[in-house]
Amino acid sequence: MKKLFTSILVGAGCAASATAGVDFNRDIRPILSNKCFACHGFDEHDRKADLRLDTKEGAFEDLGGYAAIVPGDLEASEAWYRIITDDEDEIMPPPKFHKPITAEERELLKQWIEEGAEYKTHWSYAPLQDKNVPQGESTVDHFIKKELSTKGMALSPQTDQVTLARRLHFDLLGLPPKSEIIDGYLADKSPEAYSKLVDQLLAHPAFGERMAVYWLDLVRYADTIGYHSDNFMEVSAYRDYVIDAFNKNLPYDQFTIEQLAGDLLPDATQEQKIASGYNRLLQTTEEGGAQAAEYLTIYAADRVRNVSNVWIGSTIGCAQCHDHKYDPFTARDFYTFAAFFADVKEKTLGRRQPNLKLPTESQSQKMVELREQIKQSEIPAVLAADADLSANLAKAQLQWQQTTKTELESDAASMWQIVKPVEMVSKGKQVFKVQEDGSVLATGPNPAKDDYTFTLTAKGQVSAILLEARRDKSFRKNFSRGNGNFVLSEFRVKHGDQQVKIAKGLASHTQGGFPIEKAFDGKVDGSGWAGDGHGAAVDTDRQALFIFENPIDLGDGGELVVEMIHQSPHSQHNIGRPRLSLTSSLNPGLSGVGELPTDVVEALKLSAADRSDEQTKKLTDYYTGIAPLLADKRKHLESVKKQLADAEKNQRTMLVSEPLPTPRMTRILNRGDWMDKDGEVVEPALPAFLPRDGDLPADRRGNRLDLAHWIVGDSNPLTARTMVNRMWMLLFGEGISRNVDDLGGQGEPPTHPELLDQLAIDFKNSGWDLKGLVKAIVMSETYRQSSTPSESLVQDDPTNLLWARQGRWRLDAEFVRDTALQLSGLLVEKQGGVSVKPYQPAGYWQHLNFPKRKWEQGANDDLYRRGLYTFRCRSFTHPSMLSFDAPSREECTSQRTRSNIPQQALVLLNDPSYVEASRKFADEVAKREGNTAAKVSYAWKSATSREPSAEEQEILEGLYQAQLKIYQADQEQAKAYLATGHAPRDESIDLAEAAAWTQVTRAILNAYETTSRN
Amino acid sequence: MFPKFDQLLSRRAFINSGTVGIGSAALTSQLLAENSVAQTTAGALKPHHAAKAKRVIFLCMAGGPSHLETLDYKPNLVKMDGKPMPESVTAGQPIAQLQGKELKIMGPQHGFTQHGQSGQWISDVFPNISKLADDIAIVNSMTTKQINHDPAHTFMNTGTQISGRPSMGSWINYGLGSESKDLPGFVVLTSVGGGQNQPIAARQWHSGFLPSRYQGVQFHSTGDPVLYVSNPNGVKRDGQRAVVDAVNSLNRLRNRDIRDPEIDTKITQYEMAFRMQASVPELVDLSDEPQEVLDMYGAKPGDGSFASNCLLARRLAERGVRFIHLYHRGWDHHGGVKANVEKTANLVDRGSWALVEDLKRRGMLKDTLVVWGGEFGRTPMAQGSGRDHHIKGFSLWMAGGGVKGGITHGATDDFGYNAVDNVVTVHDFHATMLHLLGIDHTRFTYQFQGLDQKLTGVEHAHVVKELLA
Repeated sequence: MKKLFTSILVGAGCAASATAGVDFNRDIRPILSNKCFACHGFDEHDRKADLRLDTKEGAFEDLGGYAAIVPGDLEASEAWYRIITDDEDEIMPPPKFHKPITAEERELLKQWIEEGAEYKTHWSYAPLQDKNVPQGESTVDHFIKKELSTKGMALSPQTDQVTLARRLHFDLLGLPPKSEIIDGYLADKSPEAYSKLVDQLLAHPAFGERMAVYWLDLVRYADTIGYHSDNFMEVSAYRDYVIDAFNKNLPYDQFTIEQLAGDLLPDATQEQKIASGYNRLLQTTEEGGAQAAEYLTIYAADRVRNVSNVWIGSTIGCAQCHDHKYDPFTARDFYTFAAFFADVKEKTLGRRQPNLKLPTESQSQKMVELREQIKQSEIPAVLAADADLSANLAKAQLQWQQTTKTELESDAASMWQIVKPVEMVSKGKQVFKVQEDGSVLATGPNPAKDDYTFTLTAKGQVSAILLEARRDKSFRKNFSRGNGNFVLSEFRVKHGDQQVKIAKGLASHTQGGFPIEKAFDGKVDGSGWAGDGHGAAVDTDRQALFIFENPIDLGDGGELVVEMIHQSPHSQHNIGRPRLSLTSSLNPGLSGVGELPTDVVEALKLSAADRSDEQTKKLTDYYTGIAPLLADKRKHLESVKKQLADAEKNQRTMLVSEPLPTPRMTRILNRGDWMDKDGEVVEPALPAFLPRDGDLPADRRGNRLDLAHWIVGDSNPLTARTMVNRMWMLLFGEGISRNVDDLGGQGEPPTHPELLDQLAIDFKNSGWDLKGLVKAIVMSETYRQSSTPSESLVQDDPTNLLWARQGRWRLDAEFVRDTALQLSGLLVEKQGGVSVKPYQPAGYWQHLNFPKRKWEQGANDDLYRRGLYTFRCRSFTHPSMLSFDAPSREECTSQRTRSNIPQQALVLLNDPSYVEASRKFADEVAKREGNTAAKVSYAWKSATSREPSAEEQEILEGLYQAQLKIYQADQEQAKAYLATGHAPRDESIDLAEAAAWTQVTRAILNAYETTSRN
Repeated sequence: MFPKFDQLLSRRAFINSGTVGIGSAALTSQLLAENSVAQTTAGALKPHHAAKAKRVIFLCMAGGPSHLETLDYKPNLVKMDGKPMPESVTAGQPIAQLQGKELKIMGPQHGFTQHGQSGQWISDVFPNISKLADDIAIVNSMTTKQINHDPAHTFMNTGTQISGRPSMGSWINYGLGSESKDLPGFVVLTSVGGGQNQPIAARQWHSGFLPSRYQGVQFHSTGDPVLYVSNPNGVKRDGQRAVVDAVNSLNRLRNRDIRDPEIDTKITQYEMAFRMQASVPELVDLSDEPQEVLDMYGAKPGDGSFASNCLLARRLAERGVRFIHLYHRGWDHHGGVKANVEKTANLVDRGSWALVEDLKRRGMLKDTLVVWGGEFGRTPMAQGSGRDHHIKGFSLWMAGGGVKGGITHGATDDFGYNAVDNVVTVHDFHATMLHLLGIDHTRFTYQFQGLDQKLTGVEHAHVVKELLA
């Protein structure tokens, strides 16, 4: 580009040629930088012949009777000889460098040496130059017109009002104007009409969203971590911070400080902490086998690249392995810059846990309520509030103590009361015979599977059932009439119509893979509790104990129905001689009193008088934990606690910066090798050659806040130049310095250095007022001129270096989507919130792993939010947005490429989002009053803000009529077409008409004019 | 005069983002040369020398195949099985999951046999690939710089571990253009099986700072073969045609007033998209392939297998696609290297052979470069019954497109640890591939962030002459 610039201005002899005199920064430095500095520049390591041409001292140095450059004396300048010689061994640059100096460049160098070889500080590192623009004149127009007038040229005519209003909408809001706004604007004939529109749009909440799209590209904001598994990370609050900051016009210096060091500000607000999440946006890894030391290096470099690119338009990142080839950044500068971020607390490898919770107001309130509810529902509080309950509980506790004490003193059997079933049913027609010991012996047919239903009667409280699988001499072996083993698939107890919930099971014996829990997991399947009876004969019966969640009260007598299901694939694994026992004990165990903590047992054994206070309390605490009287209360408490836990989980969270008390050590790594351990350990320091207001404090380590203050400091010329240049690009399509990425030696000199400086000075002097900067630019005539160049202008200035016309371009990916949604009426204008998942082709995430996951498509509003809220997966950017050049957000993107590829046509034609938008747009069109012509005209005007021409009208009407016939003949196709997407269709519209109008609106959405800014 | 400058203007976005480094082209000729990139078919440069290969099919064995069980025959390692790895070899070397573990040698788990006239040693897990012994050049001295999957793929594809740089398929399409009117120039196909499926990110086929039309386009085995390539439900081909016609007519009218070459391009792209809507389904429809061809590959139409992808690769090559990148995500064998290498090999062996053989029969192998290899190799040290990632020495093979068949180039040491003879870095590999395509890698640059960026990076890379026929 720089070649083009100089060539066009000087070499090609067109109207845009330069004034006399060579400018070092504009004409010479780019040549030297591109062709010479790699070997004769700043980097000491690679410097050849000990000659440097990047400084005056180096170039003019006496090399033993001669010098590379002798000002004003071409013949005496060795460098000149080396450039013009034919000698292959002597010519510079050497042929193998593949960068020969062109004829035009040679002329420039010649002129420069002859004129005295003046060296100047590289333009972007030099202080800002204030040029005083006459009061009342637009700064932009002043400099643009000045340059044009020297060429005898002028701006293009001012554009028409409709185009201007559309341009302003796309530039400031990323949305097309609504018809009523356009109509109102055209109707307002006051001289302030345009100014009012500008103010109106700058105050519009969509302004912040539009600006955020750009800022988020710079800071590489995304919803996933980037490397390897590319898992989700919740940082969307940062996105919302950015939107708010632009909307409230937070001064750019403050915006900068909060992002780099919000956490270090005294009494940092929640917003400032969220802003500091900027430092956590980089790509990170959770890959197994990754090496922490390596990734620390990777993260440090990532931050250096991003911070330097975003704020000062510099490529310090290039100095990771060696001193910078083209700019005076040293490798030391790289590592001392990295050291500023060595205090950011983070997990190097693996999942990063959020360190800020951000409940919504209603969530906060809900959590306060739940905490209060918990306080009131805690058992002591409940008892304190209910004297009766408290008294009853005390009684019950005494009784329990008594019983348990007795149980403890007697043997296990006494706790259990064997019950003989009053009724026994075998689904498989076995014949049950009740035995003397209360067990039930199965006889008769022996089916492969069988379910038993036993009815028991009992009195009072029942808290558990004991099932014994007894041996019998009639069995060939152990517990069943099959191979001796059994599998109890499921054990169920019913009280009336109620299923009794079993809270816990205990078994005397567990066969591998068939634990007792399988017998009450609610699933009748191959698994269950098995007795291990298929081997040798054993000498004990099997016992299983099923403890109810809450004891049942059978009062003076009641029934319990017990079901024993045997549905194992293993044949005839039916329990051959079951026996059931009941207990009222609250502490049932297989061998006596079970599950009692030893200190409770100790306390129970003592009389009330002998217990210490502590023991008394222990008993009470234990009993309140199991008391049947309090079962409901406990359940309630648990459910409230769960609600609170859920509410806490549902809060939005954020990864923010937190300073480590001791920052990580930063070492200069030879050639960037992370395994190098010999390099010097460094502390944070500012890039050595750049100006500063003052040095870092001597009495403590420099920190991110110091860095941020330097970035926005008075003497730093880069920050304002970088931002102004980029804002200009957003409003004209290209920067004043065309390389908006890099203002360094390999960047592009500005087309209008004075303009860039003046805007930068005004920006700083205004208190970094970003909206003010935008307004200053969009109010200019330069901004308001036509984007269609005259024939002569195209010839004189093909790449618009003189800004004698506006730019024209296809909208950014997000705004293409937003435009379609707004036209369809589907757009949900809600601001902020967690990222959303609109339609995305199934399987697009199939290559993600650890864990595998699916795009969980959202519902309702989530399908129709602006593009900037779409979930950003770094590995797989939404394919529709990717087609329109949405960057993957892995690295800083300061200027998107603007491609023109067939995939864009496929998206706009076929992506369900756009088909649905066309369909809903068509509903609006079809519902309009009037004939087909009026409807076509309405549709076209909605999309382009202007009436269609006769030809356009004809194309669209023709399309409608032809498609109407097709869909009238094929209603099923129409139905299928109109079923695309979730938004319901307007049933009042005829099916074929709606489908035909959808074809028309789809064509309109695809038309260049609809999604381009002009 | 006017139309020409219109064309110049059409390049403005491109010019802005960088310039082609093709020596000292004067302004006008350079602009005109760049302008030709706007056409779908032309490349940014004229070949620097006569090209042997016109296209590349890269069979990426993702996950990192063990060179010791596939292409690098290490008879001495058998005897060292179970012995500790000498510390002199491993000290100070990057290690992945074996960090801090005891390092013991594991001998090769599969036998090797000599094949063909050339007598190349190839593992017995490849009964079919071994039939290609005289066609392929085996490189046993590859090295890379990245030891974890994701960055290692990035390094293999872009020549750097920094994200956001163009993949080699994008570079090559940028340089040489596409020969296909109705298919993208860079196509990616994937398959799985035989090992844990390490993720593969779209950055592996991203165009980075190059214009996005050079981005790889992924073909899918389920759903739309190319995203959004099917008409909306309820719209037939003539209905779609009618909409495309209307769009193009509207755009032509618009362009009568504003004369923007971007609109001309847009009209062309709508035609291309419409053609793709027919050509892509035609391409992936294997019903016109004779049964014997399906059998040769072991392909079952629509199964998404590596074998089917190999057959699709041939069809893509026939239709002029410049760079075809297959990923088989099944080579990450941290455990059970013996059984699992065999399993994965079994999934790729037949398809790989069939592809080369088929190209040969059709006379296409001579100008199609086929590359077979992963992002790194695996340690001679055992990780339980498996092997860990390894970057100091690994293997790949190449065939066709001007590659000398029947040779083994380079070697690792006795342990199969360090590449010691004729080391080939990833950059050397790229330089060689570009050379076969008629490109001098030192002169194939693109300006980005103020630097002349190259696929082969800043350190010196060499064309491996020994691999050239």
